[in-house]
Amino acid sequence: MQIRGKVWKFGDNIDTDAIIPARYINVSDGDELAKVCFADHRPEFANDVSNGDIVIAGRNFGCGSSREHAPLALKTAGVGVIMAKSFARIFYRNAFNIGLPLIESEEASEGLSDGEEIVVDLATGQVESTNGQKSFSAKPIPDFMRELVQAGGLVNYLKVKKIKEK
Amino acid sequence: MSMTITEKILARHAGEKTVSPGDLIEVMVDLAYAHDLTAPLAIESFRKIGVKKVFDDEKVILVADHFVPNKDIQSAQQAKIMREFAREQDIKYYFEVGESGIGHVILPEKGFIVPGQLIVGADSHTCTYGALGAFSTGVGSTDLGAVMATGEMWLRVPPTIRFEFRGNLLPWVQGKDLILSTIGQIGVEGALYSAMEFAGPVINELPMYQRFTMTNMAVEAGAKNGIIEPDDITLSYVKERSSYEPVVYRSDSDAQYERVMTITVDTIEPQVAFPPSPANVRNISDVGNIEIDQVFIGSCTNGWLEDLRNAERILKGKCIARGLRLIVIPGSPLIYRKAIEEGIIETFLNAGAVIGPPCCGPCLGGHMGILADGEKAVSTTNRNFVGRMGHPGSEVYLANPCVAAASAVLGRIGGPDDL
Repeated sequence: MQIRGKVWKFGDNIDTDAIIPARYINVSDGDELAKVCFADHRPEFANDVSNGDIVIAGRNFGCGSSREHAPLALKTAGVGVIMAKSFARIFYRNAFNIGLPLIESEEASEGLSDGEEIVVDLATGQVESTNGQKSFSAKPIPDFMRELVQAGGLVNYLKVKKIKEK
Repeated sequence: MSMTITEKILARHAGEKTVSPGDLIEVMVDLAYAHDLTAPLAIESFRKIGVKKVFDDEKVILVADHFVPNKDIQSAQQAKIMREFAREQDIKYYFEVGESGIGHVILPEKGFIVPGQLIVGADSHTCTYGALGAFSTGVGSTDLGAVMATGEMWLRVPPTIRFEFRGNLLPWVQGKDLILSTIGQIGVEGALYSAMEFAGPVINELPMYQRFTMTNMAVEAGAKNGIIEPDDITLSYVKERSSYEPVVYRSDSDAQYERVMTITVDTIEPQVAFPPSPANVRNISDVGNIEIDQVFIGSCTNGWLEDLRNAERILKGKCIARGLRLIVIPGSPLIYRKAIEEGIIETFLNAGAVIGPPCCGPCLGGHMGILADGEKAVSTTNRNFVGRMGHPGSEVYLANPCVAAASAVLGRIGGPDDL
């Protein structure tokens, strides 16, 4: 599966309060949350993000609160994949559980800039810029996580598992 | 094979003899917890899975604690979703405003937690319960929804980092300062995906409420869980409260650790974490002159009765600085009641504080003390991210309750010795 879109570049330790401030999590609707994604941290994001865009970040992306509203806001806003040097663990689980893939990559995090157009192959971890100038190979997504994403998240994965067991 | 306490608890709940770091395991969950902000999404996932009934209506605990008493119409709607679900599912332990306090305070207080358990909660500070020798970790709503449906979840066995605390504590230094200092040393991802095991002579002497403060903030270093081996202090705490049988595990002396860090406490002063990171710590003597607008004493980190007692010692017979707001929120109704009986609340009121109902309050910028642009607060909470307690232009400085109380009197950040 390939994701094609433009890069939104972020730094280290982007916390879930930055992704979705607590004052907005009095709702659980993805569309409402997407409208205020990065409301304080990067106010233009929610308006300008397009389907398939790619968030590139530094270390420990998604640290802090366990609020699933954060990956849900990003996914509903259209983000196709997030690549970072590392992810906070609850965010990591949450993202895959709702079917939003994450890829760890030092190189992509260092080498890509805001607005670049890239294509990410989720199966191989291969990242290419559409102008052909850049190419990285990131660690592919672990098999179990890819199963989750392919199923569309944990809920569907469990449904399928339940049917198999019957 | 030798194992750490974390590995032993996980092995038992996976039905395995042994587990090793990196193993992907499926575990049985003893308790699953969610609150008014995370439950609605978890309930949505639960419904989508298509199961009619929760795996055990005595093992799912729902607590109204974040945006309650309801702060606006939308929060009221979220709380209502949880309330109606609890009713529909006959959830035995649903805690409504009045009987609920902060989940992470009332679960240990009411005896739900005992050593050896495996607890998951849709809240990052679920790691608090590790202070009682249990494995306890925070998850998101979808995970929690799946746990409510199946009673099981997948986990990767974390490697363990052991922190040995040695030496003598300086005056006014508490669990809060030990954990802040540790996070300052290893950074906010210093224990990413790992278990933090707190041990050593200093921990052995530490009272229960300060142990809770330490494991509570393990997540601020990126950890999966924080844990302390049970001892007499642990067992007497649970014996007074719980009817569950504790299962005591200890790490083997030859257990494999990712790292063992010895922390000498002799030079650790009360710590202040400067915004915007809990790792951005300084000794109180290095803080400089920082004037503040608000002080908050409370939260799952420092909302315990002893925390209020400590603050009272500082505030007795004193008044807070003119123009400053001191907000105190007891962690539970029981703590509130005892604080009234002991005259602590009266001391706070005399000093000029306002007392909030037991809940998470302004910690996460929900309500009951939101900061305006440019305002600065000292807070006994766990996070000081940009905008955490209000306007993105406001600042939060984390400290222990004694420093917070002293700062309220001084009108600037300072310790009890500055009074």
